[in-house]
Amino acid sequence: MSVAPVQTGAVEIDGLTVSYRRRSALLRVLTDVSFTIKPGEAYGLVGESGCGKTTVAMSLMRYLPSNAVVESGSITFGGDDLLAANDRTLRSWRGNRMAMVYQDPGTALNPTIRVGAQIAEVYRFHRGMDKREATEAAAHMVSTVQISDAARVLRRYPHELSGGQQQRVMFAMALATDPDLLVLDEPTTGLDATVEAEVLDLVENLRDQFNTSILFVSHNLGIVARMCERVGVLYAGRLIEQGSASEVFRDPRHPYTLALLRCVPRLGMRKDTDRLDPIPGSLPPLGADMPGCVFADRCPIARDRCVQSPPELFPVADGHTARCFFHEEVPDIPPMATAAQEDAAPVADEVLLQVSELVKTYKFSGTEVVAVGGVDVEIKRGEVFGLVGESGSGKTSFAKCIVGLIDVTSGRLSFEGMDVSKLAGKRPGEARRRLQMVFQNPDNALNPTHSVRSILRRSLQLLAGVHGRDTQDEQMAELARSVRLEQRHLDVRPAALSGGLKQRVAIARSFAGNPAMVLCDEPTSALDVSVQAAILNLLVDLQRRQGVSYVFISHDLAVVRYVADSIGVMYLGKLVDVGAAEQVFASPHHPYTEALLSAIPTFDVEESRPRIKLSGVLPSASDVPTGCPFHTRCPRVLGEICRTEAPPWQEDGARHRYRCHIPPAELTELQKTAPPERAEDVVA
Amino acid sequence: MSRYILKRLGLTVITLVIVSFVVFGASQLLPGDVGRTILGPYASQQQVDELDHTLGTDKPLPVRYWNWASDFVRGDWGVSPVQNVEVRPLVLHRLRNSLILGAFAMVLIVPFSIFMGVMAALNYGKTLDRVISITGLSFIALPEFVVGVILIVIFAVQLGWFPTSSQVPGSDPVDWFRQLLLPAIPMMFVLFGYIARMARAGTVDALQANYTRTAILKGLPRRYVVWRHVVRNAMLPTITVVSVQVGYLVGGLVVVETLFAYPGIGQLTLESANGHDLQTLEACVLMIAIIYCVANFIADLAYGILNPRVRVA
Repeated sequence: MSVAPVQTGAVEIDGLTVSYRRRSALLRVLTDVSFTIKPGEAYGLVGESGCGKTTVAMSLMRYLPSNAVVESGSITFGGDDLLAANDRTLRSWRGNRMAMVYQDPGTALNPTIRVGAQIAEVYRFHRGMDKREATEAAAHMVSTVQISDAARVLRRYPHELSGGQQQRVMFAMALATDPDLLVLDEPTTGLDATVEAEVLDLVENLRDQFNTSILFVSHNLGIVARMCERVGVLYAGRLIEQGSASEVFRDPRHPYTLALLRCVPRLGMRKDTDRLDPIPGSLPPLGADMPGCVFADRCPIARDRCVQSPPELFPVADGHTARCFFHEEVPDIPPMATAAQEDAAPVADEVLLQVSELVKTYKFSGTEVVAVGGVDVEIKRGEVFGLVGESGSGKTSFAKCIVGLIDVTSGRLSFEGMDVSKLAGKRPGEARRRLQMVFQNPDNALNPTHSVRSILRRSLQLLAGVHGRDTQDEQMAELARSVRLEQRHLDVRPAALSGGLKQRVAIARSFAGNPAMVLCDEPTSALDVSVQAAILNLLVDLQRRQGVSYVFISHDLAVVRYVADSIGVMYLGKLVDVGAAEQVFASPHHPYTEALLSAIPTFDVEESRPRIKLSGVLPSASDVPTGCPFHTRCPRVLGEICRTEAPPWQEDGARHRYRCHIPPAELTELQKTAPPERAEDVVA
Repeated sequence: MSRYILKRLGLTVITLVIVSFVVFGASQLLPGDVGRTILGPYASQQQVDELDHTLGTDKPLPVRYWNWASDFVRGDWGVSPVQNVEVRPLVLHRLRNSLILGAFAMVLIVPFSIFMGVMAALNYGKTLDRVISITGLSFIALPEFVVGVILIVIFAVQLGWFPTSSQVPGSDPVDWFRQLLLPAIPMMFVLFGYIARMARAGTVDALQANYTRTAILKGLPRRYVVWRHVVRNAMLPTITVVSVQVGYLVGGLVVVETLFAYPGIGQLTLESANGHDLQTLEACVLMIAIIYCVANFIADLAYGILNPRVRVA
């Protein structure tokens, strides 16, 4: 190590190689990772799960699990050797010179201590303040992260705050001492789109006030493109491409980066015209010994040389490097998926599912919570109905009512002429068979003690009434083929499969009985983008071939836009905007839809739109605002009428309607410009 | 918080009413007739019936329950027909003795067990952890009477440091230890095992929690992180265990009090059950149930104070 390093960056990581000790073996997670974060710069680190992003972040905080071994390399932080620092020094740096904010703020705050005291601790231990001074400083910091009514929030316990507020508190805590380095590990993952946008706005805002260097770790390329000046792409523990964010995303020079960018559905992509491009194969297992390029076995332009020797980082342009021998060919790699499609099964004119006045309420110790507050919708045979809205808007309750997992409070559900307003167990067998559901998390949707084969066999018996081993085996092979599961996958238990394969099993199961409708509740949100692309392709193929309808729930609007023929937007248990997909996405649309759309982060820099900020928090479903439920946050609120009168449905042509007091012509005119920002203190 | 307290209090009262049903019902099911027990086998059936009538034991069950329960609440616990003394002063006196012994054991062992449990968790997988865990487990496995007999043989009979039968101590603290330490140890063994294991498990969970990572990455001193951020959360499951152990303590008291001839409620319960002294037995069992419920209520309160999330429930 050099004696007196020239201080060129806030952070310099040089040749970092980290392994995890498992039994007696050392499994390599990071190999020779080097990059620099300049003072005040935001550096993005992207890659799919298992690529080593979090290990890099935790190495920077010197907070690796006890079985982690730093085999070689150095981390220099503001001229100091981070890896050589002792416990005492680390303690004085953490929370002072370096701070971290991570995923899931709900668990990151101590549930038994008031948030004010948790922020004040930083001042007490790093600034030597007494309790009173520290509390005052905390109050000041809380207002810096744009929490109104700081004094009240400080006395709250974490569970009394919304997710967005919790994350703001985390930022207040991290920035309390104006650190030189802020490590953000998926800070918005798991938050709603509007809250996510809010938090990202906050980070941008704080960057103007604090001259902090940022390491931004995220699987979401759009967010990194928006937030960071430079970006590094990790694959299997190696930095495979690095450069300015705009250049890397515009002109990727590593086949993996290119593939990663291509497999994300962008806004405007449609299942009829564009096919998603998943990355074939899977990530090499932890600790795999690969002499050549780690991506070679999945790479479309790999040659003998790639397997034999590891490529170094080749300079592509100024400050842009790629770990690929053939980086010059990368821009010419054709899309792998065939663009040509089988002809789509047209949406029939026959109504498959009719939902009338569906209401679902829950009772919690006396207070009534309205999860679904009177929804009317018709879904046609062969139609994909996308359902979007923030968490707590009633999407999942709606889906569960339809499949009969929870009972309907009032309203009527009719499916293929059958009354299905009852719990699944009380429905006719035919209705159960023809109406299926795929859940978000395949890990707990599949029985872990059964093999895939017995899971599918059971579905065939129950749903398709197939008996007799031979017929079952035959149909199972057919079923497995249709979801592209291989024979070897059938004999293992779900735990032995990757997330994507598990979701294929779950899909196969729901298709066993030749369903007419499948409810997909966030079927890809637990998956990596490359796997998501494959699952979406599969769902689209199955739908085409079998003419089945989907209710497709997702918080990702680009995904919904990609698969859905028609879309419904839910807010606080009510549909506020419904119609043909392209019309819901185009103006005029409900102001809430407008806000949701503006919150989507994108990596097309040219495409950036003005962000519409929603004021306030999502009201509680136990206390839905009067009049229009959205009026407390609506940036286009008219005035008294929105507070007192429930808005009418406005017909915008035959295939689109929305619930608002503003008529279509007027709204189109309004939505040509961004709405004025609402003051925070609008009376609810 | 006040709603939470009221709710817990209501639940406690309901529990006690149900317990009183069970106690009364069970004691009615015991074989034997009260009049016959008192008068002996040679009395005539007429005499027995007359006594039953005066005592009210020939009335229908609900009436007898109501009389018994309302008398009990009013503080009239009746006269023990077997011992021919007032039940209330007898039971309360014995209960006080037992509480002295039980509290003595709890005060000595609970903080110590929690401390050892936390220490074990902080040294997870190391020698100290193993020693504490294995010791705790072996202590649970030792029945009180075995430990008690061994203690008596060694420390009372052979060494003569302690009396073989314990009395209620006076105000002298030395006397407290002399009289109570030996009978308390067998119970402390069992309590140590349960509480230390629970404290250890709770601490291990809390140490791995995200909020602990937050605290460490804030650069707080380790000792502060442990006692302020970890232990408080780790105590939540432990409190429940401690309050359940109060129930054990009462059962353990029966054995220990008999062994050490200590005049507590456990011994009285056993005597009145053997002597078919229903009046006393019912009062004893009901008092034990009340103590148990009160302990649980206090535990719920402590839980509510430590855990802000349950207060709204």
